[in-house]
Amino acid sequence: MNIVVCIKQVPNTNEVKIDPKTGTLIREGVPSIINPDDKAGLEAALRLKDSQGAHVTVLTMGPPQAETALREALAMGADEAVLVTDRAFGGADTWATAHTIAAAVEKLPYDLIITGRQAIDGDTAQVGPQIAENLNIPNISYAEEIKVEGEYVTVKRQFEDRYHILKAKMPCLITALSELNTPRYMTPGGIVDAYQKEIKKITRADLDVADGDIGLKGSPTRVVKTFTKSPKAAGTLVSNLNSQEAADYILEKLKEKFII
Amino acid sequence: MNIQDYKGIYVFIQQVDGKVAGVSHELLGKARELAQKMETKVTAVLLGYQVSGLCGDLASYGADKIVLVDNKDLEIYSTRPYAYAVCKVIEHFKPAVLLYGATAIGRDLAPRVAAKIRTGLTADCTKLDVADDGTKNLLMTRPAFGGNIMATIICPDYRPQMATVRPGVMQKIKPVEDASAPVDSFAVEIPESMKDVQILGVVKKESHKIDIQDAKILVSGGRGMGGPENFKMLEKCADVLGGTVSSSRAAVDAGWVDKDIQVGQTGKTVRPNLYLACGISGAIQHLAGMEDSDFIIAINKDETAPIFDAADYGIVGDATKIIPIFTEEVKKALADRKK
Repeated sequence: MNIVVCIKQVPNTNEVKIDPKTGTLIREGVPSIINPDDKAGLEAALRLKDSQGAHVTVLTMGPPQAETALREALAMGADEAVLVTDRAFGGADTWATAHTIAAAVEKLPYDLIITGRQAIDGDTAQVGPQIAENLNIPNISYAEEIKVEGEYVTVKRQFEDRYHILKAKMPCLITALSELNTPRYMTPGGIVDAYQKEIKKITRADLDVADGDIGLKGSPTRVVKTFTKSPKAAGTLVSNLNSQEAADYILEKLKEKFII
Repeated sequence: MNIQDYKGIYVFIQQVDGKVAGVSHELLGKARELAQKMETKVTAVLLGYQVSGLCGDLASYGADKIVLVDNKDLEIYSTRPYAYAVCKVIEHFKPAVLLYGATAIGRDLAPRVAAKIRTGLTADCTKLDVADDGTKNLLMTRPAFGGNIMATIICPDYRPQMATVRPGVMQKIKPVEDASAPVDSFAVEIPESMKDVQILGVVKKESHKIDIQDAKILVSGGRGMGGPENFKMLEKCADVLGGTVSSSRAAVDAGWVDKDIQVGQTGKTVRPNLYLACGISGAIQHLAGMEDSDFIIAINKDETAPIFDAADYGIVGDATKIIPIFTEEVKKALADRKK
């Protein structure tokens, strides 16, 4: 079984700060990580490899430095890594990104494609299902459990108030939730191996796509404005109340607001 | 594509087990407002099986017209049959705008439709407006980078302009009694090739509590509550106030409470009349999910906690000590009123 895991390198958003003067993101010094949902997807693939045997290829689209994320995935146990990179792919929205990744995936053997549900920098959850549409294969989103039997995959698919048990014939694309598992750590041996493996690069010239369908030019959406939220007017902060006084204080405020 | 041919604001109505999702009502309300600015009409797109009985409800929440696709293959949500039917609706009716709830269904369906139709899709919007530069483009605003930054996005050259919208953010209209709207029954036959995922089982999660997005009063606990046992005092407090309990991500990650009561970027967005934050420090991801609440009171031991920046009133103190006393005081106050 060939599994392709699509990952994204993202800034650790817990550490992202805004430049108060320009209102833009300060990216310097912010550590990059493998997006958590994607890492769970990779772990799911590695567990299938451990239990029933599979060839796991990890793929990312991004700038050359995204190679770091691929090396980490190799160190965790992926067999092969592919970096889809070209200036021509820059500025892509989810439509153009999915179109490009799908074209790259088509160059690889695949039975199962696993992506994370969503990336923590964009939170769109769109690229996974869009890759599946481009490849004309089924997708199952929000996977909490994945089982493979023969040429079928069975998935516990999460909704807000229920789950569905879904079965599809492969090839199929699954989007993974970080609740799926706890990803393994890299092993020292794995790290050494990871740096000896070659990372395959796929560029614009390798793909059978139209110029009008990739990068900024191929993106139907445009960002017209970015801004930080204007802070709300300062509230009242009280300290030095004992617990009884604090309780009375809250009650008084709720009465003032006619909540009680 | 001649974008002038695309007209009207359409709302994908999410119904599950014959019940319309709250976010669909919210979207109809928002669509009304947008339709006025765009000088157009609001159409509800209802998919399902034997669901025509919901049309009156949709009219009362603001639909001028309903496109109904009633088909046995659409009885239970499944990605490709739904995406196929929505694409057929788009091809036939040519909407200028199509809105979906940013739910586990909407966020699966809309991307597939966008990829197929070749149009833009903006995820998880928290604000929608109409450009006043003469284009009447839809302005779609959403948080990114965990709520650190907001971006306004347009889809100028492709139609329909599509967005998923976060539940709990837009306002429903007060339902108009006895409203009715013309229903256009639109037959779609789902090809066998689209039925590529088999539903082996549907398992509903047991839940007797009100959804935190529907609650008027939320008593919310975070890491500062110290442990799962202390959430019981929040339950008691919420019972007395007529509200319900929610939590921060920290309490969910610690395994103290279920994920379905989590407020924030990776949880739910809430805007209750009262949000009482107990032992929640207020990470930006949490604030993004609750800062639009009407009235916010926060209790935290750390006077530098960011939650205090969002609160109308902040109390520096130990919520686990204050809440039990406060609960008793509320009981007394309510009893006194009855006398």
